[in-house]
Amino acid sequence: MARVIVVTSGKGGVGKTTTSASFSTGLALRGFKTAVIDFDVGLRNLDLIMGCERRVVYDLVNVINGEANLNQALIKDKHCENLFVLPASQTRDKDALSEEGVEKVLKELEHMGFDYIVCDSPAGIERGAVMALTFADEAIVVSNPEVSSVRDSDRILGILQSKSRRAVEGREAVKEHLLITRYAPKRVEEGEMLSYKDVHELLRVPLLGVIPESDDVLQASNQGSPAIHLKDSDVATAYQDVVARFLDEDRPLRFVNYEKPGLLKRIFGGK
Amino acid sequence: MSLLTYFFGSKPKTASVAKERLSLLIAHERSANQPTPDFLPALQRELIEVISKYVNVSADDIQVQLGKRDNYEILEVDITLPDQSK
Repeated sequence: MARVIVVTSGKGGVGKTTTSASFSTGLALRGFKTAVIDFDVGLRNLDLIMGCERRVVYDLVNVINGEANLNQALIKDKHCENLFVLPASQTRDKDALSEEGVEKVLKELEHMGFDYIVCDSPAGIERGAVMALTFADEAIVVSNPEVSSVRDSDRILGILQSKSRRAVEGREAVKEHLLITRYAPKRVEEGEMLSYKDVHELLRVPLLGVIPESDDVLQASNQGSPAIHLKDSDVATAYQDVVARFLDEDRPLRFVNYEKPGLLKRIFGGK
Repeated sequence: MSLLTYFFGSKPKTASVAKERLSLLIAHERSANQPTPDFLPALQRELIEVISKYVNVSADDIQVQLGKRDNYEILEVDITLPDQSK
């Protein structure tokens, strides 16, 4: 059985696509056959973050409309053997996504032997976002430690609990995970930023991980290589931890406490 | 930090202000999005029947609401009794 995981947030710019790219890569690196689907029809960007933008020929809407089959549309990732990207259409709008169409694509991916299907949701709570979460078995809610992001996360949790297929059919609820991104331990320490404990307490969803704020994320997207591949990067390590925890491995939280730089570091600088 | 705040104590940290605002807002929005349990109208009707046996009240004088505070659900019944002097 394939597991469908939606990466969602309500608010834009919090790190959904960055997370979808790194999380799906992490699952593939662990040996699972993984597909990652961009649901942001009209504003596709997952292809850029994954570095496969020049290999896009067909997209999700083409497959839904029967203009191409899945084998033609799926793009094999250049780094990972088991990872495939299904890009969004750039020319259509989100009305091109039908519930039956999306269901058909997901069923077919399951028949192709995929273990995990990661759905990268667009921002907002309109059609694209609802389509991305409709068939989810699990949800990763990405939130920044910031008021508007936390509020929107709560809103999207409500939508998961009312509009997902699991909720509508009264089956076991979608398994929710909270992922806090762009976390700055120093600012938390100084009382300028909500702590991960605060956000967790407010949203009451099990915490999957905390990704530190880092310049590395921009470096990764510049090159079109998911952040999890970065060498010697806290962000990459944090995403590897996230994947491990998702697979029920025990990993303590890292990068959540601020360590004052030592004297040498203060004099000579360094990251 | 300015000299003034240094001497007269600092303002509350913005993160705790954020948390307080959010906890109020989220609690409010969660309760607003929840469908009201369907026994409430019936309960309100029967309360009016019982109370109007003893006191002269109309339907508008009784408000029944289900709220939430922390982990408790609160059934709030608000009855406005008519003015005695009338």
